[in-house]
Amino acid sequence: MKARVTVTLKSGILDPQGKAIEGALRSLGIVGVSSVRQGKVFDIEIDGSDRVKAEMLLTQAADKLLANTVIENFRVEVMG
Amino acid sequence: MKAAVLVFPGINRERDMARTLRLISGRDPAVIWHAETELPSGTDLVVIPGGFSYGDYLRCGAIAARSPVMDAVRSYAAGGGLVLAVCNGFQIACEAGLLPGVLMRNARLKFICRDIFLKVERSDTPFTRGYNAGQVIRVPTAHGEGNYIADADIIARLEGEGRVIFRYVGPDGTRDPAANVNGSTNAIAGIINERGNVLGMMPHPENHVEAAIGPTDGRGLFNGLVEALDRAA
Repeated sequence: MKARVTVTLKSGILDPQGKAIEGALRSLGIVGVSSVRQGKVFDIEIDGSDRVKAEMLLTQAADKLLANTVIENFRVEVMG
Repeated sequence: MKAAVLVFPGINRERDMARTLRLISGRDPAVIWHAETELPSGTDLVVIPGGFSYGDYLRCGAIAARSPVMDAVRSYAAGGGLVLAVCNGFQIACEAGLLPGVLMRNARLKFICRDIFLKVERSDTPFTRGYNAGQVIRVPTAHGEGNYIADADIIARLEGEGRVIFRYVGPDGTRDPAANVNGSTNAIAGIINERGNVLGMMPHPENHVEAAIGPTDGRGLFNGLVEALDRAA
């Protein structure tokens, strides 16, 4: 099964990289972008076909390693 | 002093650290590979050195923090053993839950590699007894992600409990936004855990210990540790 874990910074956490990207977009003349925050996407292949089990496993993976929950939120999607 | 220096793939300051420990204590530290599940018996200081463990992949220190040896370090620290975590070591200690907070990308996005000044906030810890409270020391720093942040409650606790041990200051010891090189909350450069046996700091005291090379302000930290361990023995 294909799955995806998306990790994003919690609101209120300063994101200097996002700010730099925001500035770069502005200097490229791409107008109308009011803010950028950078995150991470993990595309993961899961053995078996049990979606509930896959979601539990991914949540564990995100909680233990993929995200630092002090500063980041995560979202788990099993895409089948 | 029976020190153990941890080594993870991508760590590159372990030799500087081992050299300093030998110079100050007269004894070679044990060098411990990340896959070990135990520390040598009688270890009285664990040092997590600087470098770029796992190439800073995922988040600085994140993968090293989940290594087998870190379980051993957690139980050692829970038993009151001293842990010194420098630079990438500080990042690893935060990721491992030994210290609160996170070290984010430097606010000005630049890798900083130069001498900076630190104010020693307290001298009544095993790590800082070789200094006077309020003393300003000059030590090198080399990092891209040293911007210390934590939620407001944790910052208030750290400040209220006197757990901020080192702060970035100007050469005369005054707080100055320009001296806060990486944009850390409250110019925090080093903190201690609640029990007072785990210190994390971004700068490298181990690189300023020999007069032939330059300033020797880093000696105080290691001399203090030797003294503290001798007294405890």
